[in-house]
Amino acid sequence: MALALGGRQRKAVLLAAVPVGIGLGFGVAHLLSGSIAYWGVVSGPFWLSLRVAVPATVIAGVTGVAAGYVLAKGRFPGRNVLEALGSLPIILPPTVIGFYLLEVLSPGTRVGGFLTRVSGHVLVYNVAGCIIAASVAAFPFCMRAARAAIEGVDPQLEQAARTMGLSPTRVASKVTLPLARRGISAGLTIGCARALGEYGATLMVGGDINGRTRTLSLAILDSFTAPEKNTMLLILVLVAVTAMTGVGLLGRSRA
Amino acid sequence: MTAALEVAVTRRIGEFELDVAFTVESGITVLFGPSGAGKTLTLALIAGIISPDDGTIAINGEPVTDVARRINVSTQERRIGMVFQDGLLLPHRTVIDNVALAVRQARGRHERRSLARGWLERVGADGWADRRPGSLSGGQRQRVALARGLVGDPALVLLDEPLSSLDSAVRRELRALIRDVLVSSGVPAVVVTHDAEEADELGDAVIEYHDGRVTGRRVVARPDTPAPPSAETDGFGST
Repeated sequence: MALALGGRQRKAVLLAAVPVGIGLGFGVAHLLSGSIAYWGVVSGPFWLSLRVAVPATVIAGVTGVAAGYVLAKGRFPGRNVLEALGSLPIILPPTVIGFYLLEVLSPGTRVGGFLTRVSGHVLVYNVAGCIIAASVAAFPFCMRAARAAIEGVDPQLEQAARTMGLSPTRVASKVTLPLARRGISAGLTIGCARALGEYGATLMVGGDINGRTRTLSLAILDSFTAPEKNTMLLILVLVAVTAMTGVGLLGRSRA
Repeated sequence: MTAALEVAVTRRIGEFELDVAFTVESGITVLFGPSGAGKTLTLALIAGIISPDDGTIAINGEPVTDVARRINVSTQERRIGMVFQDGLLLPHRTVIDNVALAVRQARGRHERRSLARGWLERVGADGWADRRPGSLSGGQRQRVALARGLVGDPALVLLDEPLSSLDSAVRRELRALIRDVLVSSGVPAVVVTHDAEEADELGDAVIEYHDGRVTGRRVVARPDTPAPPSAETDGFGST
């Protein structure tokens, strides 16, 4: 039955399957734990994590793909140094990333004060801070995957497109990026997982404020000191696995 | 009469040096010679995919490459159509989208697709318009590539060994089709081949290549061409 569906219908089914799957994850977890008493404890961090991870994946995806494109196609010295700098969030401890982000974003610092005046918002200890921290954590995965995928596109196809009268921008949008979509989707999936699971930098920049900045990852730590910890962990693991399986399926369907 | 193509270039790649000069006025001109003679390199220079070390290239009298005057018109602005050895169709787009993407002269999607469908009909490929290139045979792909090379109203069409990857039966069939379509379109064409029979069947004029030099030229007498087109070499190998 599913095999008879067209490409768009299949994507629509998969798009619908993700929230349904997440809901099923919750349901199964609750049934297994024999209690739904902790829904109130988990639902807040869960929805906050989605509010953080989705825009963070978009931000990291757009900037990461752009950076990956420049690194793959640009012919300038220091490309590898730039890639190493962009990859620092993978290598450095998340708390160090969080420390530097605090230095940059806090209203009390020179840069942070400027950013606060320009944006009109304080960028730390709120959802905006969490999104920025998660974006920075997800960025290198998107960038590195995009670079590898774009470098893997047959340059002869891009040459053929130029002989068809396509400008470099149209070659990128009509040929290179569509052909690199499988690798880019993989990078976005990993980036989304990283944003969803971000802990250290989020803790530093967002704090662990119950009801405001306590994401799923932060809630896990809190559950260790609460009697409902087993239920919490089971729910979190099932939600994370279901969500990432859904995102992975979506990535494959676009490829 | 302004020549459709004037080429006088040199280009060194490692030990190999290309040093050719010739003029194409109309019809189908074949660059014929053994592998490694510099034929495909010449097409890449005409298309602007590679830049020469020295020399000039003009299409319809307009210089697109002139090393001394620092003129190097980008590939996408040269108004050429190109048919590659293995088609090089975009695998993620349908046949009609591949052809419609090459339309330069129309803006709207409907008009582009309409032009593309017309060319697919002319090459006998309209039956596969909604298929992906991966599901086509080699001969079918080359028909589509021919439509894609001509749909953009090019001033010149370049065909790089368009039949070399096909079996002999399909090759014979496509030779006739390519010649018919190119002659009826009136667009000057330069075809690269190392097959002598193909050179004579396709070309109105044949320019012979050997080891990076033009070693001769001849006009092919054929009844279907009213006025014999010319392809002149400006000295064999000198620029």
